[in-house]
Order: sequence, then structure tokens, then C-alpha cells
Amino acid sequence: MKRLTVPALLAVLFGVLLWVSMTGILNSYWQSVLMFMGVNIILATSLNIINGNMGEFSCGHAGFMAVGAYVSSLISVALFTKSSVFGDPLLSPDLAVWLFPLVLLAGSLAASVVGLLVAIPSFKTRGDYLAIITIAASYIVKSTIENIGAIGGARGFMGMSGVMNAMNDTAKLPWILIWVFLGTVFSVWFIRRFIYSTFGKGVDAICQDEIAAEIMSVNTDRVKLVAFMVSCGLAGLAGGLFAHILGYVNPGTFTILKSTEIMVMVYLGGMGSISGSVLAAIVMTLLIEYLRDAFGFINTFLHYISIIPDSYEVTQVWKWVLIPLLLVLLMQFRPEGIMGRRELADVFPGLRKFYKFKG
Amino acid sequence: MALLDVKEMTQYFGGLCAVSEFSVSLEQGQMVALIGPNGAGKTTVFNLVSGFYKPTRGEIIFKGQSIKGLKPHQVTSCGIARTFQNIRLWFEMTVLDNIRIAQHHALGYGLWDCFLRTPRYMQSERNIEDHAMDVLTRLGLRDVAHELPKNLPYGVQRLVEIARALSIKPALLMLDEPAAGLNSSDVEGLIKLVGDIHKDYGLAVWMIEHQMDVVMSLCSWIKVIDFGATIADGTPTAIQNNPDVIKAYLGDDTI
Repeated sequence: MKRLTVPALLAVLFGVLLWVSMTGILNSYWQSVLMFMGVNIILATSLNIINGNMGEFSCGHAGFMAVGAYVSSLISVALFTKSSVFGDPLLSPDLAVWLFPLVLLAGSLAASVVGLLVAIPSFKTRGDYLAIITIAASYIVKSTIENIGAIGGARGFMGMSGVMNAMNDTAKLPWILIWVFLGTVFSVWFIRRFIYSTFGKGVDAICQDEIAAEIMSVNTDRVKLVAFMVSCGLAGLAGGLFAHILGYVNPGTFTILKSTEIMVMVYLGGMGSISGSVLAAIVMTLLIEYLRDAFGFINTFLHYISIIPDSYEVTQVWKWVLIPLLLVLLMQFRPEGIMGRRELADVFPGLRKFYKFKG
Repeated sequence: MALLDVKEMTQYFGGLCAVSEFSVSLEQGQMVALIGPNGAGKTTVFNLVSGFYKPTRGEIIFKGQSIKGLKPHQVTSCGIARTFQNIRLWFEMTVLDNIRIAQHHALGYGLWDCFLRTPRYMQSERNIEDHAMDVLTRLGLRDVAHELPKNLPYGVQRLVEIARALSIKPALLMLDEPAAGLNSSDVEGLIKLVGDIHKDYGLAVWMIEHQMDVVMSLCSWIKVIDFGATIADGTPTAIQNNPDVIKAYLGDDTI
């Protein structure tokens, strides 16, 4: 029975989500918030492998996300819709529903191959130097995309909504919501099983004492390679989903600001804690959405009491003052994050009654 | 044929000759000590054999195969396990996990097995867990299996480190100052333990040790080095009376 608790909960959640979005109880704004939440969960949990478990400092996660976003968008647009870049679809749009997971997989694989840009230097380098390499890698990706005119360059690339419409023609379901849900569950599950295996625990061993790990027969190069490729590949998956939610990608989205946002989630949640990352991704997504409204109120309020000049508007830009400030406060007062290194089951031992957590 | 055969191993760090023409031959089941004053190059010899450095010259043969230039994890997989002078456990992981991670050489599965929980994965994880518990039980550490090493007393941490090295099922166990920092009753326990595992597992033990009672009561052969060069070689009694050894440790009366 214990084994089935979480799958059953997920199935119920999935059913409820489908129902509320199909009947329109959940409007499309909240649907998109939920989808970004899913994407953020994938990004945070995957970055957590590197920044949390391995103890390295990767600040280029958005770069790998960009690779996944572009590769899967290009493939899906080329295969399933009529577009100005690729012309007529190569395959029947009816196949879109069935082949979409493969498209996402292709994006993830591409991202994990680009992850080698970071994984291979990590054999010899670590700490600050590796952090610089990760930034460099993400800039390589970003400027490469910006300079390929054929796929839109800095203007971005669009047409993915056509793919979603093609799926809708096959069956009228909130497809992208379904894909995001499945992608999120897959990612968290994958990471959990990897990290809890003896193989994956090698990642923690490298974090705590790399020399001891190597001497105790852990092939540290291989473990690092796998950890980076899993992390980058899942970032690519998140990117692919992200691109298909928006129906539009632009290299400007995948800057260091985006990487920072993901990093804030990891540190907010607690390093090395999967449930912490999930929790933090949910909290951060809601916070960012809330701030969208809040700045409107603040703006009106500040104008009402005439503290700021009429010509100045308090806008979304202030989000990037508030979120880094949050990080400063977090590091000052609770550097270990919400969960620390613990998982949900360590904080609430009562949960163990319902689910077997370890192993 | 000797288990480990080190032939004229030499290591330079820049212009400094840390180990010069070091040779040793260890038989199966032998217990040998490597001693010498501070800075003599003892730990460097261990680091060379375990694959941290590749020797500038010389040859290292283990079970008839050259292990020179192999990576440390490959050397370990061949059957050479070691402990460290300063304890290097993974302090934030349970004792059981410390032992489990040392089984990476015997995993036999990859990433996809982890995700799909294939029979191969389940079997391997079960074997690893059973083996880890066996080793811990053997060394009387079963009760602390789920403790974090950072919360354990120093003497127990030493034991856990030996357990971790032993769990690799080595043919050669290298102990780098196992008695360092232990009180006299712990040292007695250690002598008994090392003697027992040497007998039970039939493995060769090679240790660096400063405490002479440990060396004298356990080892059948002693090698003394100073400034990277071998100065003496022999049975414990012969070494105790060797003038070169006394000179290296106490100095001589020339000014």
C-alpha cells in the first residue's frame, strides 16, 4: 500500500487539473502559472544536482534550457506545422500528439550534449573556476543563437502554438498542461531515483571529499559526467516545455538573470534537498506572480501619497531588486534554505507512515 | 610471485626528490611496516602506489600487472584499499552510506537501471547493503550504522575508515598511521583488530606508523626511509638495533 500513495496522489492531482482546466474553472492565466510552476520545479530540482548535491556552483543553467527550448521548438515546428522557416510540415500534424515526447527528448539530449562543455572541464577544475566556465558556456549558447539569422537570431523564433493547435485537432485536451505535468513528474522521479541510488550517492561523496571518493573506487569523472548531463538534459526538457507554453522563444529570455532565478530557488529550498527545491519553485513562482499585481498597487499607492514624481512608474523591473534582496536576506538569516539538507520525510516523520521514502 | 612489487620507484616534485629508488616486495598475507622520521616521504610512497601521482621513474606491479599510471579508482578496483592519515570519511552521510559508496567498483549497473529499477539494480543494491552490514557487524559497528560519522568519537571514526577500506575486499590494505591520535586503550584495541582482520581475511597489510608498539607487535618486516631514500630493511629486532635508523631518528654526535 505504501508504495502506491504517491502515484495515487499524482493521479488524483492530474485528474483534477484536467477537469478544472477543461471545464474552465481554472482560467488560462492560472493554467499558465501552474505550467511555469512545473517548468520551475524541473529547473530547480535539476540544478540542485549540481549546486546542492555536488556542491559545485553552476550559474549557466538558462543556457542549457535555451538549447532544449530551441532544439525541440525547431524540430516540432519543422515536423508538424507550416512555417516560414521550414515550409510545409514534414510529417502529418496528426502525429504531433504521439511524437511530441520524442521531440522533447531530442531537446534534452541536445542540452545534455552541450552540457559536456561544462562536464569535461569539471574533471580538472572546481569551485569558482568552474562557475566561470558555466557562465561562459551559457553565453556561448546565447550568442550562438543570437547570430543564427535563419532561426530568427535575436528576434526569436515562433510557431510552436501551431503544434499545440495540431494536437488539439487530434483530441480536444489541454495538451501542453498534460505534457508539463508528465515532464515534471518524470524529472523529479528520475532525479530522486538517481540521487538515492548507490551510484548517485557518489555525487554527494564528491561534494564532501572528492579525494576520498576517488580512492574508495568512485569513478569521479564518470559520476560528474553523468550528473552534469542529467542536470543539463533536464534543463533542456524544461526549456522545451517552456518554449511550447509560450509558443515563442527569444534568446533574451535565457540570460544570467534567468539562471539566477533558478539558483535562488535552489538556495531558498535548501541545498541537496529535492523536496526543498520543489517547494521553493512553487513558492517563487507564486511570489513572482504576486509581485506582478503588487507592483501595480505599490505604484498606485506611491502616486496617491505623492512620494514619487508623476512621470515615474514603479514597474516590473523592481522585481529584480526584490528577488536578489530576498537572496541577501536568505543568506544572512537562513543560509541553509527552507529545508536545509533534509527532505520532507525528515521534517515530518509522520509522513513515513504513508510512504516509504528512502531507497 | 609477490603480491605487490615496487621497483625503483622515484618521484620528483619539481627539483625535489621526494622518493628515490624505492623498492619493496610484499607477499600475500604479509604484514609490513614503513617507518621514518617526519617528511621522509612515507605518505608519498602510499600516494604513488594508490595512484594519486604517477611516479617519475620505476614500476609498480600488483598481482603480476603493472598498475603504474592507473587512476586511483582503478587501482582500488584492482584490490588495493587504503586509509588516510587524517580521517577522510564523508562526514555528512551515515556510516552505512559511507560503506555503500565504497562499493562503486562492484555496482554493475548504470543510470538507466537506477531510473527503471531493473532487477540488476535491485540485486546489486541488495548485495551492497548486505555486504556493508556484514562488514560493520564484523568490526562491531552495527549499532552506529545509521549515525553520522561527525557525531562519533575519534576512535570509532578510525574504525569506520578501516571498515570502509576493508569493505572493498582488498588483497592489500594500506593503513596510513592508523594509531595516530588514539589513546592507549584504543591502540591496544587497534592492534588486536588489525591482527584479527589480517588473519581472518588473509590479506596483506602495509602500514605507516609512528607508534613502535603497534609496529613491533604486528609487523614481520620493517622498511625505514629518510629523505626519500631507503636506509634500512629488516625484522623488527634488527631495525631496533640498526645504527642508521637510530641516527635518522635521534641524530648523531657530529656537529
